[in-house]
Amino acid sequence: MTRGIRRAASLPYLLPLIFLGIFFLYPLLALFDLSLRPGGALDLSAFIRLLSSDYYIGVLIFTVYQALISTIATVALALPCAFVFARFRFPGRSLLLSLATLPFVLPTVVVALAFAVVLGDGGLLNDLLRALFSLDYSPIQLERTLTLIIIVHVFYNFAIALRIMTSYWSSIGFAAEEAARTLGANELSLWRDIRLPMIRPALLSAAVLIFIFCFTSFGVVLILGGIRFATLEVQIYYQAVSIFNLPLAAALSLVQILSMLFMLIIYTNTQRRLQVSLASGAAIARRPRTLAQRSAVFACVLLIAVMLFTPLLALLWRSLFLTGQLDLSGYLGLSQRSRASLLFITPLGAVFNSLRYALMSMTIALALGLIASHMINRRGRWSRFSDPLFMLPLATSAVTLGFGFIIALDEPPLNLRSSWLIIPISHTLVALPFVIRSVLPSLRAIPPTIGEAARVLGARPIVKLWTIDAPLVSRGIVVGATFAFTVSMGEFGASLFVAQRESVTIPVVIYRLIGDPGLASYRQALAMSVILMLVCAGGFLIIERLRAAGIAEF
Amino acid sequence: MLSISNILHAYGEHVSLKNVTLEVEPGEIVCLLGPSGCGKTTLLRIIAGLEATAQGQIMFAGVDIGDTPVHQRQFGLMFQDFALFPHMNAADNIAYGLRRRGFPRRLIAGEVESLLERVGLGDLGDRDISSLSGGQQQRVALARSLAPKPRLLMLDEPLGSLDARLRDQLALELRQIIKDEGLSAIYVTHDHREAYAVADKIAVMNIGKVEQVDTPRGLYRRPKSAFVAEFLGMRNIFDSERSSFARRIASEALLHDANTKTVLIHPAGIQIEKATASKSLRFDGVLTSAVFRGDYFDVCVSLQDETALRFSNPTLPAQIGEAVSIAIALDAVIALEG
Repeated sequence: MTRGIRRAASLPYLLPLIFLGIFFLYPLLALFDLSLRPGGALDLSAFIRLLSSDYYIGVLIFTVYQALISTIATVALALPCAFVFARFRFPGRSLLLSLATLPFVLPTVVVALAFAVVLGDGGLLNDLLRALFSLDYSPIQLERTLTLIIIVHVFYNFAIALRIMTSYWSSIGFAAEEAARTLGANELSLWRDIRLPMIRPALLSAAVLIFIFCFTSFGVVLILGGIRFATLEVQIYYQAVSIFNLPLAAALSLVQILSMLFMLIIYTNTQRRLQVSLASGAAIARRPRTLAQRSAVFACVLLIAVMLFTPLLALLWRSLFLTGQLDLSGYLGLSQRSRASLLFITPLGAVFNSLRYALMSMTIALALGLIASHMINRRGRWSRFSDPLFMLPLATSAVTLGFGFIIALDEPPLNLRSSWLIIPISHTLVALPFVIRSVLPSLRAIPPTIGEAARVLGARPIVKLWTIDAPLVSRGIVVGATFAFTVSMGEFGASLFVAQRESVTIPVVIYRLIGDPGLASYRQALAMSVILMLVCAGGFLIIERLRAAGIAEF
Repeated sequence: MLSISNILHAYGEHVSLKNVTLEVEPGEIVCLLGPSGCGKTTLLRIIAGLEATAQGQIMFAGVDIGDTPVHQRQFGLMFQDFALFPHMNAADNIAYGLRRRGFPRRLIAGEVESLLERVGLGDLGDRDISSLSGGQQQRVALARSLAPKPRLLMLDEPLGSLDARLRDQLALELRQIIKDEGLSAIYVTHDHREAYAVADKIAVMNIGKVEQVDTPRGLYRRPKSAFVAEFLGMRNIFDSERSSFARRIASEALLHDANTKTVLIHPAGIQIEKATASKSLRFDGVLTSAVFRGDYFDVCVSLQDETALRFSNPTLPAQIGEAVSIAIALDAVIALEG
């Protein structure tokens, strides 16, 4: 192949790079510029205000504090469960392990509302307790408390801890534990001397990842906490949208980005340690024999089932029986604009918006993701820098992305601020890493000799791509497409910034409706949440079906 | 037919092939024999067009094919890991090359069936690749590379991933099939016994160079260098600068090369007590070890100057520690290069 042809063949690689440059790096740079030079010259007054104000220091401390508590609670709950899943074989084990990841695709708005439905002052649990003990007050007062936020964070991140620790435990096996047992170790010393030290790399890795997720948690904190429990993310939103103090919001974003960078370096380190020690023999799960073992398995299954299904079923129940009898007015009224709300379109219009944007984001993310995956998979200097580069949007919070969009893309030639296009573009950015992480494993699993064999047998490069590569990555493509679709349907942080007037999406409308007084709005919010939940759960089923076949790196 | 001259190839700084020159005649099976990392697979990939050369020329039937893209060379290549397409069944794998060459559909079906028959897979055409055993996969891979009637067939350690017993049997079958098809072939292996059985001509490679090209028997009888002799499993190689035994035996047995530096005592001409050729040299020594190998014993005899000779002997005429005398045929003493 001549050099000219080779150059031309790598031209498509520019597409994802250009996209990332315009819609990710440029807004990020604009953010830096606004935070460091708000008036055109270097001006650190926003930073000085940040660092000298007890309030903002308090916000930072609270952000770290809530993330820390959430992480500890999640890991503490997941650790014994991971042991049970790695050690014992029982009916429904792999189904449960797979179902436990359902929250991963559920939109924060839906989950926040679902937990309010179960644990809120007027929630189902309080209803039940009032009816049981004939009380005239709500015994559980969790609304607007840190406890509720932490419970929801545990719900979201439990599966991450469970999966990481279970697979690690299965891979290191239980030989050391059995040796210790023959040497006279009891259950307590087994945990202290063998299990905890051995699971430590996986535990740390999971903990750091969960800390990152809780640190950047937005929707849950905004909806369940309000301004009283503002984290860095929520503060950025308030400063930018409510108070319109853009330089301060930009300075907060910068703090956010730097913290994320710092935590990602730590995470990469824990990950590396995790891979080094994955050498020894795999464990064989066995049937639980003693009563204690059986109860442990039962407790585990019960915990996961209750935690997973209660809020989702409660949401469904409430949307149908809000006042005690079957009431479909929430669903039937979706084509009417709620009078109190400041919405410019009907809820049904938002459903169509969401579907339209999700289809667009899916298409763009898939096209760019396939090119990017191909680029990463080619060994050489392209791949070395492109893999971490395309993961960057995953490490940047959606709020920061949305904020960057509205300050960077608001003047010609890129005046997208009032265009609906900005929504699918922002969703594409969030979905792109998911597409790449879904396609890349199946691409990598193709031995290079298979492509070479096709070429020796007379296939032109384009024919090889069509007859060999495409069929072999098709399942990865479906997983990536489904991820992109569900991510776009549920995206909240960035949408809240960029979705305007007629272009709002389902999560944004749900958020607005929850804020409205009146039962009609609440009914509509419940109905839309259920619709969104079902769409995302459907996507989850497709992903899990194919993931069972070994696709996707999550 | 295929003529390779002065090929130079490098992976970055590391030179993997140096001035490699090789000829393959029509209908000939040439084995590239050498240890792993000697460049034999790289050479195969260069001929296939999967790897570019830094220097040198590849001619096929009088035409320079250096710039011909892989898919237009019409060569067959059987990969070490078979590289079967996992999303197609056995028959579709075999048909792939025929489709690419634009064969009519109705011809392809018949061709695939006859190929399945020829490689002994009869009715396994609709089986998934993953449901086939290693030996069956190997046959599918062979059939796939034979199907488009390649102008040259290349096989990269085609039996490498199979177990020893299957290997012996399949090596002979493979040679028979290639000969039946009248193909020219290049066969890469690191096993000299496999090369002996399959090849018309063997090229021994070492660190990117071709050390010796000869027929299997010629190579066995007269290895050119210490590397080739060692690689063929010959053990009694001595340095005449260090060993008085080597000097003595060279002066007595070698007329023209009496001053050679490296001496090989060929395993075919050494035995305890009984001379294999009428003219032979006799030495006294002590039997120091003997390992039973079934049809023969691997023995070690220590001569008076402490030289240790290792060879296989059909019987064990003495106990370990006892004195024996050994006979070395004059024509078993070979001067090596270097």
